[in-house]
Amino acid sequence: MLQKIYDWVDERLDITPMWRDIADHEVPEHVNPAHHFSAFVYCFGGLTFFVTVIQILSGMFLTMYYVPDIIHAYESVYFLQNEVTHGVIVRGMHHWGASLVIVMMFLHTLRVFFTGSYKKPRELNWVVGVLIFFVMLGLGFTGYLLPWDMKAYFATVVGLEIAEAAPVVGGFARVLLAGGEIIGAQTLTRFFAIHVFFLPGALLGLLGAHFYMIRKQGISGPL
Amino acid sequence: MSEKEHKVSRRQFLTYTLMGVGGFMVAGAISPMVRFALDPALQAGGETEFVSVATVDDLTDEPQRFDFQLEIEDAWYTSEQSRTAWIYKDGNDIVALSPVCTHLGCTVNWEGSEDHPNQFYCPCHFGRFEKSGQNVAQTPPTRPLDLYEIEVRDGVVYLGSIIQRRSV
Ligand code: HEM
Ligand code: FES
Repeated sequence: MLQKIYDWVDERLDITPMWRDIADHEVPEHVNPAHHFSAFVYCFGGLTFFVTVIQILSGMFLTMYYVPDIIHAYESVYFLQNEVTHGVIVRGMHHWGASLVIVMMFLHTLRVFFTGSYKKPRELNWVVGVLIFFVMLGLGFTGYLLPWDMKAYFATVVGLEIAEAAPVVGGFARVLLAGGEIIGAQTLTRFFAIHVFFLPGALLGLLGAHFYMIRKQGISGPL
Repeated sequence: MSEKEHKVSRRQFLTYTLMGVGGFMVAGAISPMVRFALDPALQAGGETEFVSVATVDDLTDEPQRFDFQLEIEDAWYTSEQSRTAWIYKDGNDIVALSPVCTHLGCTVNWEGSEDHPNQFYCPCHFGRFEKSGQNVAQTPPTRPLDLYEIEVRDGVVYLGSIIQRRSV
């Protein structure tokens, strides 16, 4: 049945070469854990992406119940976690995944560093990787405020103090990020928008560039 | 041994096991989220509390409009909302009708149209109902007005959940 549907589409649109081009490659021996077990370090990039997909999916589902409003944000998180079936799992995925994605990204970066994969011709991909790293930190920082509990609030107070400590632009950056002088209603809506629209958008763009370059340049050779 | 002597080739075996394990992992990640999203549709509707609306002495044979406040729990938000009932005495019985038109949900009024005395009238598409709530044939509504559950204690009328009646 599936085969028939595939054939029907393929006959008209010739889709086989498209996915072959994306998906059909030899896995070089030095990155295949079946040959050298230590090659599992090459999996960390893919695992980072896997956790990112989980973050995006669980985040999308969380927004079905979450409201970015100082009166109701905490209540809505409490409700989605304790009253909605499996809420504790979906929030748990997003909550623990947020830390796991940083861990995976860090391990991936270590692999790239110690295999020297950042060297010519792959310097640009290292730069894009660093940008992805900053976007991830931004997602973690803005997401952390959203439950609007004490921990969230004071973490953001401290985070914005840090921003303010920057020379020259510090004061401006703080007011811009907080959406005013107080850390309150406008900070929460702002962080929400940045967390669910701006940064995920930037992240997807950067990931696209990251993967395109890998596809173009291939995986770096054995040590 | 060559691949051909096996019923299942190595390639097929790997395809099946990898697809199986992969499918299991994807299902494990997706199913809590899907159940989470479906939750409102799978909730059983809650019972409404009885609230006092009128005293028996207030009631007559003619339907009268009574407004009352109901505490509504909407997820993380609880509020008082206003509800209306048309209540009258039918011999020893008391009848309390919901004002929500059974066509598309506008609000009906007792004798809302001068042309139709002794009937409930809906201005939206000219739906009409008898005093009993029975829908008038040849008007848009297809079933009678809903009833409220009634309890009378110490001469006070309490209303509870909505009871839907089938079309006759
Ligand atoms: C890809 C990287 C992402 C990271 C690292 C991340 C990180 C975080 C963190 C640390 C929290 C606080 C969680 C807690 O304290 O329990 C959070 C909350 C939240 N995130 Fe994300 N997030 C990501 C993507 C997304 C996306 C794409 C969406 C939506 C489209 C989203 C929607 C939400 C919502 C609604 C909350 C508030 C609910 C809650 O606190 O449980 N997130 N996020
Ligand atoms: S809504 Fe009452 S007649 Fe259509």
